[in-house]
Amino acid sequence: MNAEKSERALKHAALIVLVAAAIAFPKVFTNPAVTNYGVLAMIFVTVATAWNIFSGYSGYISLGHAVFYGSGAYALGIAARDWHVGGTTVFALLPLVAVVGAVIAVPVGLIALRVRRHTFIVITIAFFFIFQLMAFNFSFTGGSSGLNSPFLTWPASGYNTPFYYIALAFAIGAIAISWLVRRSRFGLQLRAIRDDEDRARGLGVRTMRVKLSAFILSGALTAMIGAVWFYYINQVAPQTGFDPLFDLTVVLMAFIGGYGSIAGPVLGALIIEPGTLWLNTQPQFSGGYLSEILLGGIFLLVVLFMPRGIIPTGGEWITRLRTRGRPAVVPAMAMDAASGAAASSGSGSATSGSESTTSVSSGGTR
Amino acid sequence: MAHQIYQAVADGILEGGVYALMAVGLTLIFGVLDIINIAQGVLVILGAYLSYSLSVHLHIDLFLGLLITVPAMFLIGVVIYWAFIRRLRGTERTSMTLLVTYAVALIVEGVLYKIYGANDVELTASYVTSSVHLLGFYLSYIYIYGFILAIVLIAALYALLYRTRFGRSVRATMQDETAARLVGIDVNRVAALTFGIGVAVTATGGMFYGATSGGFNPNSGYDLISRLLAIIILGGLGSIGGALAASVFMLLLESLVTIWSPNWAIVVFYAALVLVLVIRPTGFLGRKAVRAQ
Repeated sequence: MNAEKSERALKHAALIVLVAAAIAFPKVFTNPAVTNYGVLAMIFVTVATAWNIFSGYSGYISLGHAVFYGSGAYALGIAARDWHVGGTTVFALLPLVAVVGAVIAVPVGLIALRVRRHTFIVITIAFFFIFQLMAFNFSFTGGSSGLNSPFLTWPASGYNTPFYYIALAFAIGAIAISWLVRRSRFGLQLRAIRDDEDRARGLGVRTMRVKLSAFILSGALTAMIGAVWFYYINQVAPQTGFDPLFDLTVVLMAFIGGYGSIAGPVLGALIIEPGTLWLNTQPQFSGGYLSEILLGGIFLLVVLFMPRGIIPTGGEWITRLRTRGRPAVVPAMAMDAASGAAASSGSGSATSGSESTTSVSSGGTR
Repeated sequence: MAHQIYQAVADGILEGGVYALMAVGLTLIFGVLDIINIAQGVLVILGAYLSYSLSVHLHIDLFLGLLITVPAMFLIGVVIYWAFIRRLRGTERTSMTLLVTYAVALIVEGVLYKIYGANDVELTASYVTSSVHLLGFYLSYIYIYGFILAIVLIAALYALLYRTRFGRSVRATMQDETAARLVGIDVNRVAALTFGIGVAVTATGGMFYGATSGGFNPNSGYDLISRLLAIIILGGLGSIGGALAASVFMLLLESLVTIWSPNWAIVVFYAALVLVLVIRPTGFLGRKAVRAQ
């Protein structure tokens, strides 16, 4: 009991240290090239967490979250252009952007969530292309040249810093929402759907309503951070706002970190986004193909050797190290041994505030 | 106007044949292994580049070159299966295979960039540029050949699946993997060979794509895989006949909409998928089981 309490205290302390480090980051590293990494990393922490709130918890893999990201960027751009909003007041439009994201999520979700697994994935891809092509073809979206963001009067020297704090605030907010959802009855229903949707419905979970709510929540968050990203990089075009690589990158972030957990997508985003940004600046990687091969190779290694992601698998390894020599908490079923062990001791790593990914599973549902 | 529509119908049907060549491999792999091979799009492009190398450097005719590229792609498919996909098991298999095949796609794309560069290339031959005037239509030879080859290959696949011992074990694995294992079928071997065949078929699709798309580069695979996915979902996952029907239907639709507005043609492509699935979630010829989680 005492050990548990001190472990929790340790986790809280680690969390506070992490947040403090995140806040101090632009004070320590003032080089704009470095803070640029920070801003984009925070943006992707938010996106991966938002993705995880829907896909990670419900098990419906969305390969079309760029629909919300791009729509958020375009919504902000169009509203600012047509209503002649400029300067920092643009940020007051963010709630509107969230509404746009939510409104888009309703029909898309109602159609896509009727089907499962592969078909769902492909439908999200189809919606993604529909949105990208609409951005190309309509005149109010600026066609293939896209939109420019309103002008900001911030000094160029510290330009990145306010964006860093805005993105950090979104990241912390998204993680908090993710944590709240995971703890709640709603989150439990989502994970019940992930484990066995028909059984969940049989037990009285209103599956469509639960799935759709998570989809809307995730979409609204993604749209808002998409708008922030647009304002940060000053422009959006159909290929950058609705980018197929974006969809895949977000999924890979979540999977590498450990999808369905809270810390997993955060860790994945913090590894992948700065990593790819850095690789692309290296002269020997110019042209992009070497970094692509490297990225693909790393993904293969991770999926083959840490199939459930760094956080759960790493937690498992730590548990195994700690319990070596003495009997561990024996999991109920051999088949579910791995996840059981991780769940019983919590993930030992101090960076995570999460437990293992598959804790609602009643042990061998499939 | 009327003539324009007839011409669009003829074009659409012929182009549908070319897409069917690429889609049957994908749907066959899904049917047997229950995975979506995201790398299929890039593998089509790889097939196209192989044909390109053979025709540019060794001056081998595109159709003769298929005798080399098809076995080569078969081997590549078997290797991909044995090295990566075979290992994946358990509840997260659907999403894991998606990621693994995507990683494979990234690597193949990177290698293609390294070898061929990012500039568009195109497969050329005398029959690519010339066309025949038939019943008032101008039909390109390459499309006619492609369509005929698609029909022949799909017929051959049907014969393989329904007339041979191997085909019976493939179909048994499609229906129930555990039961197939119990009656003594080497499921791993069946899956590896199916993956190989599915990839080998794309070599022909790649050759036609390279000749008819008006230029391709290593990045072309992404656009392609999305269209192929739309086609196989519409046709019903795992159904070869459905893939053929859906290819022709989609390309016909796209070709007709192009008369009105080329910009919206691709939107119609995906919108049709969404609409059909609203009415019929299993696609044209899909099995009922596809919907179950």
